Amino acid sequence: MRVGVITFPGTLDDRDAARAVVAGGCEAVSLWHADADLKNVDAVILPGGFSYGDYLRCGAISRFAPVMQSVIEAAGKGMPVLGICNGFQVLCESHLLPGALTRNSDLHFLCRDQEIEIVNNSTPWTSSYKAGEKIVIPLKNGEGSFQCDDKTLAELEGEGRVIARYVGQNPNGSRNLIAGITNAHGNVVGLMPHPEHAIDELTGPSAAGLGFFTSILNAMVK
Amino acid sequence: MAKIVVDVMLKPEILDPQGNAVASALSRLGFSFAKSVRQGKRFEIEVEGEPTAAQLAEVEKAAEVLLSNPVIENYVVRVEK
Repeated sequence: MRVGVITFPGTLDDRDAARAVVAGGCEAVSLWHADADLKNVDAVILPGGFSYGDYLRCGAISRFAPVMQSVIEAAGKGMPVLGICNGFQVLCESHLLPGALTRNSDLHFLCRDQEIEIVNNSTPWTSSYKAGEKIVIPLKNGEGSFQCDDKTLAELEGEGRVIARYVGQNPNGSRNLIAGITNAHGNVVGLMPHPEHAIDELTGPSAAGLGFFTSILNAMVK
Repeated sequence: MAKIVVDVMLKPEILDPQGNAVASALSRLGFSFAKSVRQGKRFEIEVEGEPTAAQLAEVEKAAEVLLSNPVIENYVVRVEK
C-alpha cells in the first residue's frame, strides 16, 4: 500500500509524515509539488509547514502547484487524502474541503499538546479510533481557526462531517471547536493538529496519533 | 502609467483578530476615534497605458481565484490614475 507525502517549498513535516506512514504499515512515497505524477500511490498526505512561505494566504499558492491538479482529480475519484495543518489549509483553498482557516483568535502562534475527540471514525483516516475517543497530539499553528458560514456549518454538523473537535477551552476560535472535517464523500480529511508528531512516546506526547496511519492501511486492505 | 488596485477585506461576519488588536492598540495609545478596525490587503498592479475592459475583466477573475478567498473575503477592483 503506497501513501504519497507531498513536499512543497516550505513544507516542514513531510519527513515525520513519511515516518508515520511507515510506522502505520504502509510504504511512504515522496511526491514533489512541481511534478504532477502521483506515482501510483493509493492515498496522499499533505503535510504541515509553511508552503510558499504562507504568502498571500496559507495554502493559496500551493493550490495551483502541478501536483495539486492531480490530487484534486484523484480525490474526485475517491482517493483518500489527508491534509494536516498547512495541508488542511491547502485542501480548503483547493475547495476539496469547505470553509477556511484564519488567524488564531488570540493572534498567538500556538505550539502545545492538545486533547481532541475523534467524533467520526467512519473515514479511511479515522477508522482505528473509537467514536468519542480522546487523544492528545501536538497543535502548532498560527492560522488554525476554522471558519465557515452558518449554512456550511449546519451541513457539516448535520451530515456528521466534523471528524475531530478540541476538548476543553477553544484554542483558536474555531467554530464549534472544529479540529478536523471531511468532505461529503468521506475520503478527504483535513486536521489542524498533528498526529504524525505523536506516533512514539519518546518524541511525542503520546503514540495516539498513529491511529490515522493504521486507519489508512486498514482502509486500503479492505 | 495607470494602476489597477484590488482591495481585499474579510467579510463582515468573519472575525478579524488583527483588526481587533489594532483597535485596542489605538485605544492604548490614547486615540479615541476608532469604534472598530478591520484590516485588509491591497494589491497594486501596474499596467502599460490605460487599462482595457478586457484587462479589468482578467483582474476580476484573478481576484476571484487567487487574490481573495471568496469563502472569507470580499474584493473590489478599481483603477487609480
